[in-house]
Amino acid sequence: MKKLLTLISLVLILSIVLSGCVSQASPTPAPQEPGGAVTETAEPGGQGRQQVEVFSWWTGGGEAAGLEAMIKVFQAEYPDIEFINAAVAGGAGTNARAVLATRLQANDPPDSWQGHAGQELIGTYVAANQLEPLNFLYEEEGWLEVMPETLIPLISQDGNIYSVPVNIHRANVVWYNPAILEENGITMPTTLEDWFASMEDLKNAGVETPLAMGEQWTAMHLMETILLASMGEANYSGLWTGEFDWASPEVTTALEHFATALSYTNSDATSLTWQDAAQLVVNGDAAYNVMGDWAEGYFRELDKTPNVDYGWAPVPGSDGVFQFLSDSFVLPVGAPNRDGAIAWLKIAGSQAGQDAFNPVKGSIPARNDADRSLYGEYLLSAMDDWASDIVAGSLTHGVVANDSWKTEIDTALGLFLQSRDVAAFQSALVAACASSGPCQ
Amino acid sequence: MRVNREKVISFLLVLPSIAAVGIFIYAFILWSVRVSLSQWKGLLPDYTFVGLANYIGLFNDPRFQIDIRNQAIFTVLFMIGCLIVGLALAILLDQNLKGESFFRSVYLFPMAISYIVTGVVWRWLMNPAQGSRLSGLNLLFDQMGLDFLVNRWHTTPYWGIAFIALPAVWQMSGYIMALYLSGLRSIPQELREAARVDGANEIQIYRHIILPMISPVTLSAIIILGHISLKVFDLILAVAGKQLQLDVPAIYMWQTTFDGYFFGRGAAIGILLLISVAVLVIPYLRWNLKTEESL
Repeated sequence: MKKLLTLISLVLILSIVLSGCVSQASPTPAPQEPGGAVTETAEPGGQGRQQVEVFSWWTGGGEAAGLEAMIKVFQAEYPDIEFINAAVAGGAGTNARAVLATRLQANDPPDSWQGHAGQELIGTYVAANQLEPLNFLYEEEGWLEVMPETLIPLISQDGNIYSVPVNIHRANVVWYNPAILEENGITMPTTLEDWFASMEDLKNAGVETPLAMGEQWTAMHLMETILLASMGEANYSGLWTGEFDWASPEVTTALEHFATALSYTNSDATSLTWQDAAQLVVNGDAAYNVMGDWAEGYFRELDKTPNVDYGWAPVPGSDGVFQFLSDSFVLPVGAPNRDGAIAWLKIAGSQAGQDAFNPVKGSIPARNDADRSLYGEYLLSAMDDWASDIVAGSLTHGVVANDSWKTEIDTALGLFLQSRDVAAFQSALVAACASSGPCQ
Repeated sequence: MRVNREKVISFLLVLPSIAAVGIFIYAFILWSVRVSLSQWKGLLPDYTFVGLANYIGLFNDPRFQIDIRNQAIFTVLFMIGCLIVGLALAILLDQNLKGESFFRSVYLFPMAISYIVTGVVWRWLMNPAQGSRLSGLNLLFDQMGLDFLVNRWHTTPYWGIAFIALPAVWQMSGYIMALYLSGLRSIPQELREAARVDGANEIQIYRHIILPMISPVTLSAIIILGHISLKVFDLILAVAGKQLQLDVPAIYMWQTTFDGYFFGRGAAIGILLLISVAVLVIPYLRWNLKTEESL
């Protein structure tokens, strides 16, 4: 009996030890991707066929459909290169970015990945020397001629361009309910003062919520549009490069405007998603909502008609400035299939690729030579603005500030939403710039 | 020879567990302490030693002060709520009525649900919209004529975190009930009968005999509830998302590390959480071991 027991225990010990050794494969993205991405990337090109593994969080809705359309264009142009779609679902990219960080630490980068163009990519990955500059590609493909001039510095560092923007969304848009404005004799204002005056009128006329707002990040979105509208593009952009002082009186005025706007928002803002807040406008429960133009895609999903159920305008005071954000693709240092990655980037930046992706996604191409017949009413007006306006960057969506700085600003904003103390907020913003931004 | 063989084999049997715990728990704790004493910010590890700067920074950080306040309010309300509700349910079930096992399962059932599910449903129930957009419990109160109960729930300034204790108590009181039930069942019937013979009424029996006898269970329950409440994270995110007024240390740690890449600060918060749990659990374990040894 003793011998049997000993034997069984030894077998159990061995099996525990062996199971510990076997299961540690390379970190895998959570859901199943077509083609079994993990095993194939372990041996790049081993099957004698070129591949490209592209990592993103486009797993649902218009984004996934847009990606599929772009993949078709890629396969038509490069039939010899196998496309591996390594998308990771969940949390607007939180899961994907965590998986990505693990892979980069393990020196196992994908061939390309999706990220918000600007400091979100540059401040994180370029600072860690994980991205290659793409100036050579821009020159080869002639992209500098078809993309707005004012865009390029925002996606570069020290003259090196680091990503290829596929789509463009606008952040500084006000969505309004035309019926409510008409009932109260208001034409969509063009200055901040007039806008706040109209909100006061609406409130007095019994409109419960002049300005709809949602959870904390939508407050940051509102704040960045008001900063831009109040200070103008030059000073706004200077804040992010360290040329304009966060402690200056122009910033104080802008923050006071923000506080005024907040006083007209709904009391249950913190429990609403951006969709809930936007829906308040089309349902007639609110007059205005400041949100990026993905709200337009949402309104059309709700079967609402442009200029009947909802109207749009630039945030009053920021007409002529296009505050943008962009999904883009990068070229990592040490990409296992560099040629495949470059092929993918060429498609991402091409007219065919962008015209396949954007109508489905509900955004406009970064290029200004799109096929206009593919786009709806709002998108056409956005494309006209993109071609003529000055381009400024969004804070909430990663263009102008790196993630550390943005997190510090987010904390300061959260404290401000509770205390409404403008002076304390401004000094917290000054401190944030000094600790994580270019200020000294 | 036989004794030696036994010892060797026993040691070999536990060796994998010891190795695993040693590496994945204690070695990583030490590494976290190392990171918390560094200024690592960003994707590239930076182990430059900065002493206690991260910790001092945290205690001066207005956000962390809010975290501690929220954590304290939540912990106290959560513990008191669970203990009272758990004890009440256990006493009710102890009356040996029909359908006891059915009710026991029903009360224990919430524990099997994920915090995310609980959070999402309670988010709908605790909807703070007012006026024309009333919904959830507010709508119910309004339609039942209980207007004075309509409130802003977890969006109430300062005290909003107290309302998060509601789903938490709903979820965990079944577990505390199970603990108390087994404690109550272990009290011999003779004691109660003897007390009744001596002329004590039911309330006196509970006050003087039963509750003192289950105080060890209360102690364990407090320890368990304490460390669960220190970890509360997904429930708050499911109910309210990332809002600073409902921030707790665990959420701050997650946000500052993975959104902001402040690894040094995140590690410092983690070590502080570890210390708070250790302060609760270690004396309890030592006391437990001593009482077992003395038996």
